[in-house]
Amino acid sequence: MGERVLLKGNEAASEAALIAGCTHYFAYPITPQNEISAYMAKRMPKLNRTFLQAESEIAACNMVYGAAATGARAMTSSSSPGIALKQESFGYIAGAEVPAVVINMMRGGPGLGNISGSQGDYNMCVKGGSNGDFHNLVYAPATVQELADLTLKAFDVAEKYRILTLILGDGYLAQMSEPCVLPEPSGFKAEKPWALTGAEGRPAQVINSLRLADGVLEVHNRHLEEKYKAIEAAEVMFENFHCDDADFVLVTYGTASRVCKAAVMNLRKQGIKAGVFRPITLWPFPSVALAAAVAGKKQVLTVEMSLGQMVADVRLAVNGAVPVDFLGRPGGAVPMVDEVTERVLSYGR
Amino acid sequence: MADKILYTRPDSIRDVKSHYCPGCGHGIVHKLIGECLDEMNCREKTILVAPVGCAVLAYNYIDVDGIEAPHGRAPAVATGVKRAQKDKLVISYQGDGDLLAIGTAETIHAANRGENITVIFINNAIYGMTGGQMAPTTMEGQVTKTTPYGRDVHDVGYPIRACELLNTLVAPYYIERVSVHDVPHIVKAKKAIRRALQNQIDGKGYSFIEVLSMCPTNWGVDAQTGADWVRDVMQPYYPLGVFRDKDAEEASRVQ
Amino acid sequence: MKKPLISVEKCKGCGLCIGACPKKILEMSSAFNKQGVNYPKCKDEPSCIGCKFCAMICPDCVIEIVETDEPGGKNG
Repeated sequence: MGERVLLKGNEAASEAALIAGCTHYFAYPITPQNEISAYMAKRMPKLNRTFLQAESEIAACNMVYGAAATGARAMTSSSSPGIALKQESFGYIAGAEVPAVVINMMRGGPGLGNISGSQGDYNMCVKGGSNGDFHNLVYAPATVQELADLTLKAFDVAEKYRILTLILGDGYLAQMSEPCVLPEPSGFKAEKPWALTGAEGRPAQVINSLRLADGVLEVHNRHLEEKYKAIEAAEVMFENFHCDDADFVLVTYGTASRVCKAAVMNLRKQGIKAGVFRPITLWPFPSVALAAAVAGKKQVLTVEMSLGQMVADVRLAVNGAVPVDFLGRPGGAVPMVDEVTERVLSYGR
Repeated sequence: MADKILYTRPDSIRDVKSHYCPGCGHGIVHKLIGECLDEMNCREKTILVAPVGCAVLAYNYIDVDGIEAPHGRAPAVATGVKRAQKDKLVISYQGDGDLLAIGTAETIHAANRGENITVIFINNAIYGMTGGQMAPTTMEGQVTKTTPYGRDVHDVGYPIRACELLNTLVAPYYIERVSVHDVPHIVKAKKAIRRALQNQIDGKGYSFIEVLSMCPTNWGVDAQTGADWVRDVMQPYYPLGVFRDKDAEEASRVQ
Repeated sequence: MKKPLISVEKCKGCGLCIGACPKKILEMSSAFNKQGVNYPKCKDEPSCIGCKFCAMICPDCVIEIVETDEPGGKNG
């Protein structure tokens, strides 16, 4: 067990990436994730690794695509509008099946919005964002510890499935400092016969997403579908916090889930049995586990730092078995513990 | 005694029929790259970044590792590749829309970083793959699908001279504009490409070769007329020659 | 004797080789390949000087220049 250190979210994620063996990091400035770039700019040269600030978020992610296509562990990070700029390359990376890691510290939107934490990118990051049928694997950490652990894990999972793995944090998690034990390297090693290293002693090979010949792309899409099914079967992560005996279940992730846990403790003190179901992978969404966790409950309340985006997936998973209410604070605001407590109290005993 | 072969397809070019139109300059430039790779024995250490555009399938014809870049992003992808595979020969092969329209920022900043890659820019004054729209290098008055009445420079501005543009940057090591409209110029074009690739192997930094090239189909002319048009219309506006050669600058400084 | 060998099925009929030949001994034949494309032919092989211009300008590697030990080449 490493020693406990007080770390800012951005820095914990950065160090975890380095522990994971990230050799190429491509930066572009945008609040609230700037500490990642600053941290990597200092650390990577000392480790004889590549740090480069690109001319745009678009260029930065295409640099990740290029480096990762040669088998390097590569990463970029940004925030909301910057992630919007990278979406085109996410589609190329998905189609070409290149492993990559991207961190999005969400901020208020739409547009320039503000620099507070938010969860307004759920749809962009979890439901789509780029063109074509594809998924990114999306982790939603709620603590600095989890941010570090999931960032390290992201590199392994990306290579295991040749998929872009997105860490979906927010400005609060990015900027807060919490005690954290930095994770140990996992030792996971993936074979990369597909990597572009020059056609020496083997036929030349190509990393691409263009498939023009008749029917060939459909075959490729089916292959990706199989991969996504395998991920859905093996990589779902969630937390069940006091749901078993609960009458009311709050479905929430990231920073909002911390508020909801506090509300649950308040409510339990008042004899109200409430619990939190916290998705940690937003894709693959824990639909089966959620349906099981809320079966027979009186009420489900989805709490988000947005006008309601994950709530659609919650409703799909619950599928009418239990009423699903929504409480959200957009624009970089955070739901207050009292707000959540009041809303659950309003459901009566 | 068997026939003695004086000239044939280079080994680095696959014996397949390309999709390029009759008289298209891409085929010529591919062949020049193939000849250079054979002569420099570099086929096995080359990684080609193919653009979105007619040459997106270049890796089907040039027998090297290849990666497709999103439209305009080849220099950024090439940067990522090169920084991860420093000992490889990384070529960013791009058309005029790719390099000077959507990819202008990537073009300028890869050059400004002096990225140790070789950019080969095919300037045929039009978007070919998509059926002949105006490109940043479309000539004044030139008719295209999006300038049906001729390019009006007062409305959409003037054709961009890439070599001169990049020549204002400090870092680029070698910048030359060549053409493939006839054999003497093809010979010079090969020398330039060879020079640029050698620069990269020697770790000298960013080399940029602009190639004036024919697009008969979208210009609506036969191949020979297209070649003449490069000579008579494009070349005066896009003067050929070496704009930057730090080897020469160094040599003259030493004297 | 030096001469061009033309892989007619690969030819796209662009004709650049015809313009490039300094001896003006290439001309478009009336024959068609399988794609229905007219391809060039050399009308005076003995006059070929093996300069390779036709092959160098060909975008599709259709032309190979060879030197055979057949007699009769005007240029040895």
